[in-house]
Amino acid sequence: MTTAAVPSAKPYRWWHSRAVRRFCRHKLALTGMAMITLLTLACIIGPHVLPYDMLYIDLRARFSPPMTGDHYLGTDPLGRDIAARLLNAGRISLLVGFSAMLLSTLMGALVGVIAGYRGGLVGAALMRFTDAFLAFPSIFLVLALAALLKPTPEMITIIIALTHWMEVARIVEAEVRSLREREFVQAGRMLGLSSSHIMFREVLPNAMGPIIVAASLTVARAILLEAYVSFLGYGIQPPLPSWGNMLNGAQQYLAQAPWLAIVPGVTITIAVTSFNFIGDGLRDALDVRSDHM
Amino acid sequence: MERAHAVQNISFDLMPGQILCIIGESGSGKSVTANAVMGLLPRIIRIEGGSIVMDETDVLSAAPETLRGLRGRAVAMIFQDPLSALNPLMTVGDQITEVMMAHGVGTPADRKQRAIDLLTEVGLPDPELMYHQYPFRLSGGQRQRVMIAMALTLEPSILIADEPTTALDVTTQAQILDLIRDIQRRKGMSVMFITHDFGVVAEIADSVVVMEKGHIVEQGSADKVLKSPEHPYTQRLIAAVPHLTGADRHPPLTETVAPVLKVEGLMKTYASGSKIFGSYREVKAVQDVSFELAPGRTLGVVGESGSGKSSLGRLLVKLMESDGGKILFEGTDIAAMKEAEFRSLRPKIQMIFQDPFASLNPRATIGHILTVGPVAHGMPYAEAREAAKELLTHVGLDAGAFGRYPHEFSGGQRQRVGIARALMFKPKLLVADESVSALDVSIQAQILKLLDQVQQETGVSMIFITHDLRVASQICDEIAVMQKGRVVESGPPSRIFLDPQSSYTRELVAAIPGEERGAKPSH
Repeated sequence: MTTAAVPSAKPYRWWHSRAVRRFCRHKLALTGMAMITLLTLACIIGPHVLPYDMLYIDLRARFSPPMTGDHYLGTDPLGRDIAARLLNAGRISLLVGFSAMLLSTLMGALVGVIAGYRGGLVGAALMRFTDAFLAFPSIFLVLALAALLKPTPEMITIIIALTHWMEVARIVEAEVRSLREREFVQAGRMLGLSSSHIMFREVLPNAMGPIIVAASLTVARAILLEAYVSFLGYGIQPPLPSWGNMLNGAQQYLAQAPWLAIVPGVTITIAVTSFNFIGDGLRDALDVRSDHM
Repeated sequence: MERAHAVQNISFDLMPGQILCIIGESGSGKSVTANAVMGLLPRIIRIEGGSIVMDETDVLSAAPETLRGLRGRAVAMIFQDPLSALNPLMTVGDQITEVMMAHGVGTPADRKQRAIDLLTEVGLPDPELMYHQYPFRLSGGQRQRVMIAMALTLEPSILIADEPTTALDVTTQAQILDLIRDIQRRKGMSVMFITHDFGVVAEIADSVVVMEKGHIVEQGSADKVLKSPEHPYTQRLIAAVPHLTGADRHPPLTETVAPVLKVEGLMKTYASGSKIFGSYREVKAVQDVSFELAPGRTLGVVGESGSGKSSLGRLLVKLMESDGGKILFEGTDIAAMKEAEFRSLRPKIQMIFQDPFASLNPRATIGHILTVGPVAHGMPYAEAREAAKELLTHVGLDAGAFGRYPHEFSGGQRQRVGIARALMFKPKLLVADESVSALDVSIQAQILKLLDQVQQETGVSMIFITHDLRVASQICDEIAVMQKGRVVESGPPSRIFLDPQSSYTRELVAAIPGEERGAKPSH
């Protein structure tokens, strides 16, 4: 019999894929990616390089505006270096953002896959549970929980994750429900694979696109929420800095020392918009239909 | 497929009052040619050279306004999928009158009358009622008739038909072909008919253009091309077209052997809606189906869409639960088994799916696809990997395919992977559900040959589900004809095709394109 030739092309590499190329064509998304990388690197390396520790009090230099001496971003009312505090706060804020995203995506994907694949009563019950969570005003829930529990960074992460998994769950559920009828899923059943194997090893990788998009937008929302809660004083507690509680400390000196608010404010804006740009870029890149444009 | 030009150096003439068939396999550039004539190419495809002259107008250099005037008036087109070509939110009548409105023809009252006349002309029942229907209420054949009515609205001199019958059942296809030929004769139109099916060509073509990879390899009158093809590609294509053999594959069994599979009174009913709100509806997909299958033999299940043949296949591999009856596999009734009990038997009953694109997980390597089943049933990975590589060479792929992803392969190659997946367990029974329907004829012939070879080597029994009687006649020892969930007739191919008993089977056999007495090429 005739032998069908196997394609002799180079082995498949993910960076050759159209999605990656489409993402690289998205200018804003690339800018966002660069900003986030820079910010993350600065937060990791910065505190080791800067001349001041974040808790060092330089009493003679209280309220110095940016670019006085070695205080590149000025000092706060206690004479602590703002640059050092900002980068240390960034470690916590970004870490909270990323971990909350990971946690909520995991929860959302789990609920979504089970609800979508099982369907029927189990699926309906899980999705109504999700809807119930969605119906709760999440900021008040976060504030109430943060007031009751001891607001450590871990606790804040868990609380944020608990209020943000629903979107992922709904996206995954819809995706899995349409994948469930595809022939390769039937083929999995024909081979006698267990349901959990089919759900997590065969179906879930195919729903990865929308999950990644939702996850990147969740990071932005988590960072914003953490800042919000800390600004109101229920989040990360001083002396541990976070972008939110730096803003909180700045509000009574707005007239005399506006840089106290501007510096963390601008940083939050940069981080959040960058993540949103990345999210938009990923959405366009992973949407096959955008190839025709 | 990487080539610099979608089509290159294509020249042909469409004579008045003639049906010209453009035939080629997928990717041969036949649709690109049709769209270029119609001026409907996507903007990224540019025409680099040549000319298309229609009644002394050069289509390529004409202004868009001139072209719009030509479209519909001089040339009209019908498409493969009438459901996506019709606007789902407009009634049939509105869509037809819209064409007249766009070209400023007639008054509103005239237009309605004209639309109803057209609907009558294309043979739709109750045209007055049809005028107010939405497309989703119509069957595939009726939708295609509506498309034809729309195309005829402005009495064009040229009709371009892009695979208009590919999505239809054989009997419907025969009706639509009749209609097109009839209208063409009555109106003296020219028709450019694009197809991949030589049977269809034999039915309606006056002249034929054969395309391969963007080039015309042969053209001439239908008689000449079909009876004495000159180009090797045409010869290969014509040789690959399955014909009704009417001959039996194996001599009938003399001694009685225990059947691998015995099905008794199998039932499946789909229910939809709610009993409480009165919207309850039942569809009997499979009704009282019984048959036996001997080891090493193939049973063909044929029928049109909605006949329940795919449901039957799914019941046999227990991707769906039956409502009644028995499925005795090697003597044990698997119909009543729970999923957990049946799991250990799954390796013995495997399925080859229809769609080579949807049936392989796009995010898994071929290696993963082949080994995941055996590994889940306890085979060590190293052993499964060796078996998979060996099987890949066996089904005509390269062992190097192991680490690649499905999207790197063509439809035929993917179908080979699907077959290899089913063979990984050395099954006793293979259920092939329309496994060659999505493939080009030459690939189809190769896959049928592979299945035949596999059966001879392993002695596996097969259930071959297909809507194509020609294919069924090639590979089956026994054929069961299904209609509305019931088996209306069964027997060896010689009886089914040469001496059909039920009227439905007779209708099916008569509708097979290109198999008329006399027009049949000698083979």
